[in-house]
Formats: sequence, C-alpha cells, structure tokens
Amino acid sequence: MALSITESCVNCWACVDVCPNDAIYPDRPHFMIDDMKCTECIGDHPDPQCAAICPIEMAIADELGVFLNPPGSLTGIPVEKLKELGLWREAA
Amino acid sequence: MELPVISHSGPKAEGGGCASSGCGSAPDALAHLPDHIRAKVQDHPCYSEEAHHYFARMHVAVAPACNIQCNYCNRKYDCSNESRPGVVSELLTPDQAIRKVLAVAAEIPQMTVLGIAGPGDPLANPARTFDTFRQLSEKAPDIKLCVSTNGLSLPEHVDEIAKHNIDHVTITINCVDPEIGAQIYPWIYWQNKRIRGVEAARILIEQQQKGLEMLTARGILVKVNSVLIPGVNDQHLAEVSKIVKAKGAFLHNVMPLIAEAEHGTYYGLMGQPEPTAEQLQALQDECAGDMAMMRHCRQCRADAVGLLGEDRGDEFTMDKIDVMDIDYAAAMARRKEVHDAIIDQLEAKRGNAPAAAVDRGIPAGSRPVLMAVAGKNGVVAEHFGHAREFLIYEASPAGVRFIGHRKTELYCGGMDSCGDGDVIEAGASESLLDRNIRILEGCEVVLCAKIGYEPWGKLEAAGIAPNGEHAMEAIEDAVLAVYKEIAATGKLAPAVDSKKVA
Repeated sequence: MALSITESCVNCWACVDVCPNDAIYPDRPHFMIDDMKCTECIGDHPDPQCAAICPIEMAIADELGVFLNPPGSLTGIPVEKLKELGLWREAA
Repeated sequence: MELPVISHSGPKAEGGGCASSGCGSAPDALAHLPDHIRAKVQDHPCYSEEAHHYFARMHVAVAPACNIQCNYCNRKYDCSNESRPGVVSELLTPDQAIRKVLAVAAEIPQMTVLGIAGPGDPLANPARTFDTFRQLSEKAPDIKLCVSTNGLSLPEHVDEIAKHNIDHVTITINCVDPEIGAQIYPWIYWQNKRIRGVEAARILIEQQQKGLEMLTARGILVKVNSVLIPGVNDQHLAEVSKIVKAKGAFLHNVMPLIAEAEHGTYYGLMGQPEPTAEQLQALQDECAGDMAMMRHCRQCRADAVGLLGEDRGDEFTMDKIDVMDIDYAAAMARRKEVHDAIIDQLEAKRGNAPAAAVDRGIPAGSRPVLMAVAGKNGVVAEHFGHAREFLIYEASPAGVRFIGHRKTELYCGGMDSCGDGDVIEAGASESLLDRNIRILEGCEVVLCAKIGYEPWGKLEAAGIAPNGEHAMEAIEDAVLAVYKEIAATGKLAPAVDSKKVA
C-alpha cells in the first residue's frame, strides 16, 4: 500500500519535510515515493501528510490512480472553469 | 509661505535601480523612529527609501515549500522573464546559496542585505533557511540577514530568528478578520492537517499577530506587507495598519494585487480586478496618518539581485559563479570601504539639508497636482517611449513628494519612430501606447526628456500635458517649476475641477 507522485509535481519539497517515513526523495523530472517505505501515514496521522500539504492538485495519487487532491479541491476554482481551460482530469 | 523641496539629489547611485533621486519623503518617512532603529535601517534598501538608491540586496531561493495557499499565488509558476514575488528560475541548496551570496557581495560591494523570501515560505523550510543564515553569518558577518514570512510558523521560530541575529523580519498580513481571510487563503497546513475556510484564516491571523508581538518584544524590526485586493480587503487595510503599528511594526508596505489570467492564480483566472494606481495611492495616504508607509517597493522576485528596480540575477547563475575567482577577504574589506563612504555621504547630505525654496506666487489653498516623470538617476532624463516606469510626484503648497512608481510596457522599439507602439495587437483591446497613457490616469503633466508627435497628441487628448522643457534637470526642481507655471495661470484655485487642468 503506497501513494505515488504524478507529473503534476513541482518539486517544492513540502512533502519531503513532513513524511513520517522518509519515503519521499528528490528525483527528475519529479519527486518520487519509495513504495517500500510509504505507509500512507496509517498509525502516524489521520491524513497522509504528503497529500495534506501538497499545493498542487492531481500530484498525489493512490494505488488506483485516484487523486487525493482532485482538480479544484485546493484552489477553489470551479470545475466548470477548469474544464473550460483544459485543466481538468479525473484520474492519473 | 515656504515651499520646501523635500529631497534633493544626493550622492549618485552607481548603475541602474530606481530612477528617482530621493523618492521624496526619503529621510522623513522614518523620522518618527528612535535613533537606534534608524541606525539599523539606514543601509537597508528595502526598509529605507533613501538607502535603496545606494545599497543593494539579494534574495536566495532556498525555501520552496509552503504551508498555506494564497489566492494570488500559483505554485506551478517558474519564469525568468517575470518580476514579481514567488517567482524564481533556479532553486538553490544552502551551500549553493552561500557561494552565490559571496560571489554577488564580491562583485557588488554596495550589497548590504541577504533576504530569504521564498519562493515558498522561508519558515516552512526552517532547516534550509537557518542553515543558509548560519553559514553566511560565519563567512560574511557584515551582511545583514532578513526573512519574509506568511507568519503561520513564526511563533515557533522567533527564538531561532533572534539567535541568528536576524534583525529584520517581514510578515505578510492581509487581514485581521477571519471572514475576510477566508476570501484570501483557501487553506493552511497546520498541526498535520489541511484546514480550510474561516477556521484556517483564524489560525493564520492568530499566529501572525502572536509572531509580530514576540518579535517586537525582542527588539527585532518588523515590516508588514499587505496585498491590496479590491472588494476583499480594501476597506479593511487601514484597520490592519493601525493594529500592526500598535503592536510595534515600524513600516507598512501596501502592495497592489497582481492578478493576470496567464499567471494561473485563483484571482487571475476568476477575473479579480487589480487595484488602480489611484486606489493604491488613496489607501497608502489613508494609512499614512497612522504609520510609516513604504512607497518604493518594487515587488521583486524571490531571487532578485542588485539595487531595487534592477535585477542582475542573470550574471550570477550557478554555472557562472562556479568559474569565478574570488578573494573573499578582500571583498569584505572593499564592502566596508564602500558602505562607510556611502553612509558618510548620506550623513553629510542630512546635515546639509536643502534650503527651502521660496514661494513665488503659489496661492494659499492651491490644490495638489500629480505629475509623471520619465526619470533616471534623479533627473528628467528619459524619452517618453523609453521609460520602463514613470515616477509619480505630487506638487502642493507643502512641497514636492514622491508618491510611487507606475510600470509601463515598452512600446517604442527604435530611436526614430514610436509608430509601432500604436498598433493594437491581435487579441489586445488597446495599443501599448494607449495602455501606457491609461496608467497615467490622475496625472496632469508628464515630464520627459523628449517625446514623439503621436504620443504628444494622445496625451493632450487624455487631458495630460506633455512637457519636454526640463530635460536633464533634477526631478524635484522640474516638478516644482512646472507647478509654479500652472499656478501662474490661475488654474490651481481650489474651486477648479481637479480632474482637468492641462
């Protein structure tokens, strides 16, 4: 069980600093989660910390490819507006 | 009646930077401060209007992570051609940052200040931020350190800030009312949770105010930045100004919202209007009754290098720094010489205050007049079409004072003709020339070294009098002379409609 980082990531380091398992490492083109270390924060925190601090929508996904922060969830920009701008995706 | 010129040109700044000579209120804006605080800011370009002409600063981008979201920020943005907060081209490790600072401080001996301002929140990156400060204070103890923050993590880091001898902190405070805050901050990351809405704003405001009190209690200088967001906090910022002053902040910097759709921010995409130059000035004037206001801010990048108003970052990319051969000890000695010489000049200038100009026919009660100046190094030096910014001055019976600057978009490509600037490009609603004239709204005169036939006509049609008769004169003298000319025509009588004069 592990989360993953998508190509939307902007490499801002926020998740690296808050991961309780040191599971996130800098990489190119974007940071990565070591799936052997990631526990989705179960036992440490109610919410996965990378997804709780990540400022970028669609950058963290679960094993099914579902975004933990779907489009519009962080900026508050309405989904219709995002669709109009071509910024909306349902899953990774 | 006396008509003082508040600031005359002093020692010449080398190179670029702000085009005005004294930015008007220079020494007086901080006059209410105790001497020990004035001594601290006299060579800080971001805090002292006077200092920003002579001393340089730099920011290093070592702090990418953030713990809140602001509706005027887009964390995806990275562009080398933009000049605004939050934008950087090259993220640095603390070790790289130190190499860069030492290289810049060797090449630009006017450098006095290193700031960490992002592109995220420096205190959301405490290890990277404080490692940078610690290393620099060991290797270049003459450089002052400062840090900008949104304030959320400030209380827990105040002791560390004091320990590193960081005596200047900037907190961005856009509101003291959580209901207003909820319209500015969609979420914060707090105690391992993402918190949204009014609750998030309440926590953020509480932390900002607590941090401000803790810093001022330790004697650390605090400047407060506020972003003016029309329809959101424009009616509220005067109250913010009062409160932060009461808690000991020494300077308030109200900056205009930047909200272009192409930046992809919430405000940009949702069509939130930016304030007009007139709205910004009105609010700064309203707050000025309670608080020293800062008017020379250039809203620079999180990796800016050089004097305010210039950015020499391109000269100091890591690949260029790696091949520089630098004698660090000699550079520090040279900085001391240069800093001492500038301070001596400034002190001599202060002791030798300009004689008040004698009134020559300005009727009492004459209304103030705004003038835009295409200036460089304190004189009316630029061609209208070559000005990258206009300096706005107000002339009134009380004297001449600097109000602020308004950025233009260069429309004149060549030396001979400005004609191309008057073309409306595909997708644009107005030509660049029209846009540049529109940003001068409220001004009655434009002073420049030279001006083309076409902009001349358009300016007159807009009710703004072009004036090229004071080329190469000191700005304040030229503004005063033109004000007297207008007064002589009898057009400054209080009863006259203040919008049209030219």
